[in-house]
Amino acid sequence: MVLPGHLKRLAHVEHEVEVKVEAATLASVLDAIEAAYPVLRGTIRDQQTGKRRNFIRFFACNEDLSHEPVDAALPERVQTGDEPLLVVGAMAGG
Amino acid sequence: MSGVRVLIGTRKGAFVATADGKRQDWTIDGPFFGGWEMYHLKGSPADPNRIYASQSTGWHGQVVQRSDDGGKSWTAVGNDFQYATVPGTHQWYDGTPHPWEFARVWHFEPSLTDPDTVYAGVEDAALFRSVDGGQSWQEIPGLREHGSGPNWQPGAGGMCLHTIILDPSNSERMFIAISAAGAFRTDDGGKTWTPINKGLKSGEIPQEESEVGHCVHHVTMHPSRPGTLFMQKHWDVMRSDDAGDNWYDIGDKLPTDFGFVIDVHAHEPETLYIVPIKSDLEHYPLDGKLQVFRSRTGGNEWEPLTKGLPQSHCYVNVLRDAMSIDSLDESGVYFGTTGGQVYCSPDSGDTWAPIARDLPAVLSVEVQTLS
Repeated sequence: MVLPGHLKRLAHVEHEVEVKVEAATLASVLDAIEAAYPVLRGTIRDQQTGKRRNFIRFFACNEDLSHEPVDAALPERVQTGDEPLLVVGAMAGG
Repeated sequence: MSGVRVLIGTRKGAFVATADGKRQDWTIDGPFFGGWEMYHLKGSPADPNRIYASQSTGWHGQVVQRSDDGGKSWTAVGNDFQYATVPGTHQWYDGTPHPWEFARVWHFEPSLTDPDTVYAGVEDAALFRSVDGGQSWQEIPGLREHGSGPNWQPGAGGMCLHTIILDPSNSERMFIAISAAGAFRTDDGGKTWTPINKGLKSGEIPQEESEVGHCVHHVTMHPSRPGTLFMQKHWDVMRSDDAGDNWYDIGDKLPTDFGFVIDVHAHEPETLYIVPIKSDLEHYPLDGKLQVFRSRTGGNEWEPLTKGLPQSHCYVNVLRDAMSIDSLDESGVYFGTTGGQVYCSPDSGDTWAPIARDLPAVLSVEVQTLS
């Protein structure tokens, strides 16, 4: 997974973050990331509802997964670790 | 050796400025949390090395940072602010009902006696408390459930609880202020709250002397006189001598009584400071001159303080939490501007000099007096 710049600094990571999950879905990957980096709780999705924050997008394999069901399987190349899941801050402001 | 530490929150990070008691030569550390909005940083009166900081962005929401070494290093603590009960609705800008939604922490007020206890004023307006050093937060719901909530509305910056005052003589008493609902007081440790807005008149609401709905910008109190409060409202500078039960206007002699900050001298409970701003339409100083106004008579007379401050072409604002006063023998006054300047007067306002000139827009300034 590739985090946006602000969250890399917050989590003190420089590059891609790897997590291993049984069935790779948006929900399971985010669960794993938040377990490994508790400081990220609430910064990607709402802590109470689990809903993606308004200005966050999820991209992978040149596709926008932001509006996919959170329990849908991620693309195979993300599951195998060949392609990253990108967490992106929406373009806003100048 | 005595000195001061100035905690500066800006639109793009936090800075910590330190100096000895002369307050002439400054060391500035930072930015901390570069790129994030730092609405407020405040140290514990019981342990000055314990500092709480509110870090947020529109992208990633709220993060709370804590330092246990005076701002050298920081640790993220709890950021889960859940309203204790169904939040309901308040008024939107157009008067229609709008659901209560947490946005950010505007103000931290650490306990006067326990470094692990801290209050947080948030948007949408509510009061939270942590008793474990910021790891977990619990709402004090009696305020939001006062019953007048459906009539509260957001000011231009959002519907924020921005002022929290703890009464040093009565641990059960606390004052808060919300823009735009007004000021409230509890006398039972937060269980029940009373609106304390009698005497306020606001032309921006349908009934100008309404119990709630006033756009209070900031309130301050001298700890030796906990019954006396001073308020900068949207328009009007106000005073109460009965713990907020009744207010009267002390701003008539000012060139403009719109503004955001108001603060009281550390050793002189009748000495006040404000920064008059031209109007709610313009949000910059009158005539392009940055002037602090001081009253040494509790608001009866006011004098402009200008020495060292720009007196031409100055069009910055000074936001509500961006003034602070130290308690060295010769008290120092500090404020920050939306133009990124932070000024210090080491002589109670007589003369001013910049600590920094080119920071991001300053949201908050808090000084700690160190011994």
